[in-house]
Amino acid sequence: MPLLEIKNLSVEFPSQHGMVRAVDGVDIMLERGEVLGIVGESGSGKSVGMLALMGLVPYPGRVRADKLQFEGRDLQTLSERERRALTGKDVAMIFQEPTTSLNPSFTIGYQLAETLHVHEGMDRKAARRRVIELLEQVGIPAPESRLSAYPHQLSGGMNQRVMIAMAIACNPKLLIADEPTTALDVTIQAQILDLLLSLQRDRGMALILITHNMGVVSDTTERVAVMYAGQIMEQRPTQSLFASPQHPYTAALLAARPEASDGGRLATIPGVVPGLSDRPPGCLFGPRCIYATPLADKVRPDLRPWMDGLIRCHYPLGDPTRDERIAADGGSAPIPERETTS
Amino acid sequence: MLRFIFTRLSLVVPTFIGITLLVFVLIRLIPGDPIETMAGERGIDALRHEQLRKEYGFDQPVLVQYGLYLSRLVHGDFGRSIVTHEPVISEFGTLFPATIELSVCAILFALCLGLPAGIIAAVRRNSIFDHGVMGVSLTGYSMPIFWWGLLLILLFSVQLGWTPVSGRIAVQYFIEPVTGFLLIDALLAGDFGAFRSALSHLVLPMIVLGTVPLAVIARMTRSAMLEVLGEDYIRTARAKGLPYFRVIAIHALRNALIPVVTVIGLQVGVLFTGAILTETIFSWPGVGKWLIEGINRRDYPVLQGGTLLIGAIIMIVNLLVDVAYGLINPRIRYTR
Ligand SMILES: Nc1ncnc2c1ncn2[C@@H]1O[C@H](COP(=O)(O)OP(=O)(O)OP(=O)(O)O)[C@@H](O)[C@H]1O
Ligand SMILES: [Mg+2]
Repeated sequence: MPLLEIKNLSVEFPSQHGMVRAVDGVDIMLERGEVLGIVGESGSGKSVGMLALMGLVPYPGRVRADKLQFEGRDLQTLSERERRALTGKDVAMIFQEPTTSLNPSFTIGYQLAETLHVHEGMDRKAARRRVIELLEQVGIPAPESRLSAYPHQLSGGMNQRVMIAMAIACNPKLLIADEPTTALDVTIQAQILDLLLSLQRDRGMALILITHNMGVVSDTTERVAVMYAGQIMEQRPTQSLFASPQHPYTAALLAARPEASDGGRLATIPGVVPGLSDRPPGCLFGPRCIYATPLADKVRPDLRPWMDGLIRCHYPLGDPTRDERIAADGGSAPIPERETTS
Repeated sequence: MLRFIFTRLSLVVPTFIGITLLVFVLIRLIPGDPIETMAGERGIDALRHEQLRKEYGFDQPVLVQYGLYLSRLVHGDFGRSIVTHEPVISEFGTLFPATIELSVCAILFALCLGLPAGIIAAVRRNSIFDHGVMGVSLTGYSMPIFWWGLLLILLFSVQLGWTPVSGRIAVQYFIEPVTGFLLIDALLAGDFGAFRSALSHLVLPMIVLGTVPLAVIARMTRSAMLEVLGEDYIRTARAKGLPYFRVIAIHALRNALIPVVTVIGLQVGVLFTGAILTETIFSWPGVGKWLIEGINRRDYPVLQGGTLLIGAIIMIVNLLVDVAYGLINPRIRYTR
């Protein structure tokens, strides 16, 4: 039984144009101890999707899924209480902005002990001992003296360590890290990532790492899901995805990495992500895809098994018959030349 | 923290000088003087008038009078009432507990209803409850105290006969003043009849005086809560799997209280102004009614002393509010 199984997850928000889909038919399967990366441009629904898993989608949002199972338990049929007993204990999450994610009015000692008190029923003294232990594990020097500190008295990096300590307090089986290093200094970023990965290894917990940074993904994850406009476009083992991307969007993302640029100029993907309310009827990436055909503009591709993973594309790059099929569908297969800007 | 309190205290002296000067000059701008008022309809002959003016020192230039007054103040002498010849400070001391009792009950009334109403309105935003609370509080806020007081008297005292019209307690009860607060003194004396009587006298003025603070607190609590509920740390609290009540009552409320406490502090000044009107409507024997009588009788020492003492109390309360603000908001303690 997989640790986490999500089928056809969608999250909708009401707007002037009716319900708009921030997350649209996402499938995720995760084994115990596995590290999954989720990448995608801003607004592609990475955060909202994971918030849905935590049961934390903000007020008017509506979550639907064919399957939302954690350790075989259906999260959608759990009572509020049972769900709460799970969140923060077996599934924990840390966020992008460590400083605003901690309550400014309480000491970090209090905020850490609170989790232990609620989930493990620890008394004050036991919780205090455990909190000191946790702070040590996340590499905070002189932990005893930090117990009475308020978040505004610590640096962003320290606060993120506190957030991590809070998340791992009850030995979660799954930790979701939503861009945990984006708000931090470059030098601190590597430290926090190392910390996360060593904790993951030592405890054998599964980790979902959301990030913009393809470099981070290739260094740390075993599998990657590439999201675009609320959908997963490609999901494959990290190594093979980097070696031979199958979705044109993945290929474009990889080409846009600074490391991939051949000096001076950075590749970009022309066009913009469609807004929530002006989704094209066919493939969501179609308007920006250099291989798009009239068929792709009309028919939205399904997420289907492909090679060693999943893909949502009519014409995967590794498909030997794709040129003929593109031609047959009325497309003019272009010479795949990278767009460049200065 | 100590430095912060000292800085605030050093502002007290100039503020006091400002208050005294203002009061001193303003009451002398009201036409008529205390002697004429005392003489009443019959009038007084010019010679005797002059003699009395001299006796009270009203013949000297205003600035000289002011200097004399200040020098007596420094020695703790607030002067005597021209009408009763009692020391201003002791009259104030006798009447003030009645005002405090009324004001404290009014604020408690406003807090007990306003905080929960604001919190629930924010948690259930856009519900019928939310719209109801906001509508009612807007009405309460715009209600003139005089009109509102008379309306309540008409309904509960005259029509229904549930509450007495005026005063602080029915005449047949006598309670030995210990604290000066009738409710407490009646309980101390074990006289439950007196307690009930005092309570029934208190209810209407308390509601009238508490209405504006209630409206302000409810609206402020709602908007502060709404803002706080959208903060990242509330998401974190929920991600920790805390019970919803704990998220609201501890994580959100603690932060939402910061602006609310400030607003309550500002309401103290408003409360005293309201108390003057409320006490007059309900013949509540407090300093508000005393000051209004002082104006009618041109009782200069009473007006000067009373205003000054009330000013002092407002300043002390505001200082306490600032200290409380520092206590609930750890971010400001270290940055001052
Ligand atoms: N509370 C909300 N109400 C309405 N729309 C929302 C709300 N929260 C998010 N959205 C929409 O959902 C979409 C997905 O947002 P999400 O935050 O998941 O993106 P993301 O992939 O995490 O982006 P980023 O990399 O910038 O964090 C966005 O278009 C956003 O506008
Ligand atoms: Mg995000």
